[in-house]
Amino acid sequence: MIVGQQKPFDEIWEMVKGFKKVLVFGCNTCVAICHAGGGKEAEILTSLLRMKAAQEGIDMQVDNAAIERHCEPEFFEPLMEKVRTYDLVLSTACGVGVNFLSDRIGAIPVYPGINTTFYGAVPEAGFFVELCGGCGNCVLHLTGGICPIVRCSKSLMNGPCGGTNNGKCEVSNETDCAWFLIVERMKKLGTLEKLFEVQPPRDWSTGTHGGPRRISVEHIRAFEEEEEKNAATEGR
Amino acid sequence: MKSGSNLERVIASGKMAVTAELGPPMSADPHEVIKKANILKGFCDAANITDCQTAVVRISSIAAAVIALREGLEPVMQMTCRDRNRIAMQADFLGAAALGIKNCLCIAGDHQMFSAAGKLKGHPGAKNVYDVDTCQLVGIMKKMRDEGLQQGGDKLEVAPKFFVGASWTPMGDPMDFRPYNLKKKVDAGADFIQTQGIYDMELFKAQMEKARNLGLLERTAMLAGIIVPKSAMMLKYMDSSVAGVTVPKSLIERMNKAKATAGDDKKKARELQEQEGIKITVELIQQALEIPGVKGVHIQAIEWETAMEPIVKAAGLYPRPTFPEA
Repeated sequence: MIVGQQKPFDEIWEMVKGFKKVLVFGCNTCVAICHAGGGKEAEILTSLLRMKAAQEGIDMQVDNAAIERHCEPEFFEPLMEKVRTYDLVLSTACGVGVNFLSDRIGAIPVYPGINTTFYGAVPEAGFFVELCGGCGNCVLHLTGGICPIVRCSKSLMNGPCGGTNNGKCEVSNETDCAWFLIVERMKKLGTLEKLFEVQPPRDWSTGTHGGPRRISVEHIRAFEEEEEKNAATEGR
Repeated sequence: MKSGSNLERVIASGKMAVTAELGPPMSADPHEVIKKANILKGFCDAANITDCQTAVVRISSIAAAVIALREGLEPVMQMTCRDRNRIAMQADFLGAAALGIKNCLCIAGDHQMFSAAGKLKGHPGAKNVYDVDTCQLVGIMKKMRDEGLQQGGDKLEVAPKFFVGASWTPMGDPMDFRPYNLKKKVDAGADFIQTQGIYDMELFKAQMEKARNLGLLERTAMLAGIIVPKSAMMLKYMDSSVAGVTVPKSLIERMNKAKATAGDDKKKARELQEQEGIKITVELIQQALEIPGVKGVHIQAIEWETAMEPIVKAAGLYPRPTFPEA
């Protein structure tokens, strides 16, 4: 899932303080699970903003709302009319949600209430770790299911650098060396020899280095088009 | 000859090679490089010019290498994967070759987070590159040299002829993978290897045995890395904090003893430790050179270049071989 973290309150206040009518808009999927921007967090943030406004003697209306997902249009539909009555939407969805709503809302600013941070998992309650870089060219079959792109601080493709110290990364002794994990895992799987082959330079264009990415699932699009056509014909 | 560099010629001649290290300054003044180059000249076959080591901004490796070259010291330009993508790297290879540089050591480079360690502010918020890793960089240099092709496939009118090196941390963990790590670098085309500093020769010998069994030592020239110890404190720090470096207790004790002999005289304590450090270095060099497959030593007298002369002389590695101009 997408993992984020609420921005520091002072930073949020600096963004918000000039507006009269603010909607704190939560998303109940990924960012709710990481306790950053779901309906509950949006509600708490709303209370904090109201208190701060009262403290500062600023006349500001702050409300909150949440929908299931900020990345698909149908979830917005029931609420868009109301959303458009605000001066500012402080979105606590991930960056995808902020972009997606900005594209649709018209001349109303949408500001980010959280820092969208990574694709990760929840190994234990309240603890989130980054496990995938979304590079668009997966190599996990070569590395024992452990991602060298995002779990190695240097995205090395051919083994550890000289900085591995007691299985930890040179960047921090709280960070596991991905290549240490990869080697140990490959040994366990009996496939260590897969690591002996030199991996050539990567084509990074499948990642963020190739410009904004799109995926078009042609058969779904064709099906949808067909459905629309049928509906139109029937309607006639 | 792949490059015709002095280092390559020494290795090809069968004599033990000696490389040193020259760290460029955080300054636009060339004199520091000139000074160090002249101290090292004659006591090594080539000197590594570090590439913003510990991720701290300094005179670039290429520029400092050219300054060293002008002073008559053959440089080993270093190139980290941290700061450049394959376009910048290959452009710099062409430029470096055009300027007369013939050796290059490919390394991953210290992560930029390192730059803020110690007293410096550094640039821990910098964006790193890591477009390619060390193995891939070695492969790119080899392809340019031997096939006259850029990584992307475009032809080069004149190929840069480098003697290509890579680093190796034989005692880094996972230790049982390190010989294979070396194999990948050799397979990619590393003509020579410079290792991380070694204090535990027994452990190094065991790793070398594995490398030999993989048939690597006939395919690459192994230069054992020796970091000249300056004090007991330095040895302790290296043992506890530097990845892939273990220092036997006996060496730390020797340094402690040297320090203790001076009593309260701090100046004398420093001098005695430095003398002991040089002695230890000479012993390590001699032990390393006895290990089958070792083709030379990479002596790093960090910010202590004047130590090179007594070390090289005491180790019986002076004078350095010379060759008529090719």
